[in-house]
Amino acid sequence: MNDFRLPLGTIVEGLINYITETFGFLFDFIRAVFKGAFELVDVLLVSPPFWVIIVVAAALAYFTRGWKFTLGTVAGLLVILGVDQWENAMDTLALVLVASILAIVFSVPLGILAAKSKVASSIIKPILDFMQTMPAFVYLIPALILFRVGVVPGIVATIIFAMAPGVRLTELGIRGVDHEVVEAGQAFGASPWRILRQIQLPLAMPTIMAGINQVIMLSLSMVVISGMVGAGGLGAEVVASLNRIDVALGFEAGLAVVILAIYLDRLTAALGTGGTPLGRFFGSLRRRPRAVTAPGDGVPARMNEPVAV
Amino acid sequence: MTETIAVKADRLYKAFGRRPHEMVKKLTGGASRDEVASLGTAAVIDASFEVRRGEIFVVMGLSGSGKSTLIRMLNGLLDASSGTVTVAGQSITGIPAKHLREVRRHNVSMVFQHFALLPHRTVIDNVAYGLEVQGVARAERLERASTIIGLVGLDGWADSLPSELSGGMQQRVGLGRALAADTDVLLMDEAFSALDPLIRREMQEQLIELQAELGKTIIFITHDLNEAMFLGDRIAVMRDGRIVQIGTPEEILTDPANDYVAQFVQDVDRARVLTAASVMEPVRSVVTITAGPRAALRTMRDLQTSATFVLNRDRSFAGVVRDRDVLRQVKAGETDLRAIIRGDATSVTPDTPLVDLVEPSVGSDLAIAVVDEKNRLLGVIPRVTLLAALGNVSTNTGELPVIEPPATISNKVITETLRDTALEGADL
Repeated sequence: MNDFRLPLGTIVEGLINYITETFGFLFDFIRAVFKGAFELVDVLLVSPPFWVIIVVAAALAYFTRGWKFTLGTVAGLLVILGVDQWENAMDTLALVLVASILAIVFSVPLGILAAKSKVASSIIKPILDFMQTMPAFVYLIPALILFRVGVVPGIVATIIFAMAPGVRLTELGIRGVDHEVVEAGQAFGASPWRILRQIQLPLAMPTIMAGINQVIMLSLSMVVISGMVGAGGLGAEVVASLNRIDVALGFEAGLAVVILAIYLDRLTAALGTGGTPLGRFFGSLRRRPRAVTAPGDGVPARMNEPVAV
Repeated sequence: MTETIAVKADRLYKAFGRRPHEMVKKLTGGASRDEVASLGTAAVIDASFEVRRGEIFVVMGLSGSGKSTLIRMLNGLLDASSGTVTVAGQSITGIPAKHLREVRRHNVSMVFQHFALLPHRTVIDNVAYGLEVQGVARAERLERASTIIGLVGLDGWADSLPSELSGGMQQRVGLGRALAADTDVLLMDEAFSALDPLIRREMQEQLIELQAELGKTIIFITHDLNEAMFLGDRIAVMRDGRIVQIGTPEEILTDPANDYVAQFVQDVDRARVLTAASVMEPVRSVVTITAGPRAALRTMRDLQTSATFVLNRDRSFAGVVRDRDVLRQVKAGETDLRAIIRGDATSVTPDTPLVDLVEPSVGSDLAIAVVDEKNRLLGVIPRVTLLAALGNVSTNTGELPVIEPPATISNKVITETLRDTALEGADL
């Protein structure tokens, strides 16, 4: 053994310190935005009485998959209520929704870029591998330094961990679109942007939706880790039960996570296939973007209702 | 003259590989496709041709011959490594992408082998796609698209999705989409190859009808020689990236440029491609009506045949006389050949396909007369010639002795009759 040691860790530490000092204002800004987004969604989910949320969730379930799924949803949510985890579950749901939406917002354009350019693809791929395989606890440390204790480092760590399948499946979906159909778009003089919008994205949508489904699932799997950095919700309950060796609490909180996971998985999986009324509704939105403003249909109603109550 | 040329390709090369220009330089210097194989694939080598406005120009070759690459250079889907493509008078090689898109919108449209329809759009939206890209307002493009839907025979299917249609119908949508874009030039890449044979023949016939109606310039790619022969006004035969022959279907069949083409065309359904004009032979046994029976008899004796063609004074085709009838007439001392012309002679126009000659040829031992629109006798097709043409046997070898109906009356009888009647005639 000699004294040589590759000082990689020290270098990264120095780098993080440098970033904290130099770009502190930037991270404060990001922190404020993420926190604001989380709190907004959290208020929407926590402030209405529980039955409003259950009714909305059941309605979504009915329009995506039908009666069986609706019954399952109501039963599952009542179990969460019954074990007194309702608020924690709503906090967790808010965190998962915000983190997933942000992860999708970042990952889909990155996936499109990777599909369009081989260079971008070969740069993005190893970074994704790194993000996905590096233990989540490890980038929790710089996230804690940069964003301080609370819900934001949890969201950031979740985004980083959950982004990869969104990027990969978007790239895969677009690359998998029948080459001849893309060629047809070109042959009729369509611009690359039009081909992306009218041909590649619609045809890749099932694969992209599978990616989005995976993003949401991975976000949920980060709930406990987020709980460790003070994100609250079910994650914090699980961490607390671990510290106190409290089997009862651990099981109840864990079961609530599972119920949320199954609900979100079935819901988003059904949206991807387009074989349901709501899926078809999304399909028609894609075809005629102006129809989005039509009132009283599915999704907008859900966003409005809790505010009104 | 330039405005009659719709598409022109001038010394086109396409090389796939890391250093295409080096490959082109070697190919120009005479290297073969195999010699540059280490650098990459030379897909198209030195292709030059002109497609006339309103013509169906077929590019035919086996897979890997470079025909799909060639057609994709004609609308810039692939950049030419060297050479120029001119569409509607403007060069499209090396122009900015935006300009190229304009050319594709307004001058060249395309039909694809596997239809390449947008599966999430209805038939009418697919047909209107080109117009949508051109920026035509929705109401107008739907109106124009529904006209086209009627034209390609898809009435009542406008609101169906492509997946609800059979293959042949899907390709009608593909064809309709290209027609709706209202470009002068239509590129068709193996457009009917994915269809089953009956539908394919139907689509071919419909394409020819549409072409006659709309006067589009069509560049059609196929590996099916019968399809090429059926559709093509002219055919370019490709092999290993090079165009080995350009010509009309008949030229390619009857005068192949090399052994490859000859071998290629040997399986073609010749009866449908070859016409009477391409196989007919000069008329040997012929007399004018005014020459009289004695001249007719002498002609038949000299040519050892039992029948002779008779022409009117204006050289138009009158009919056929048989040796027995002429002999009887000579013996009887009559002079009007018209009285013994039989109505059983078949006459056809020069562009009649050989398939239509088989039946008359079987029904009669007479050669078939080929006449032009003024009924002038251009040539004849004896049964042997027809068989030789259908069987792809050369008729110029001289080894096929009998091409006229054989004499049925011996030489001696004819000569004696002629001598006897000549004496009688002298007596008169």
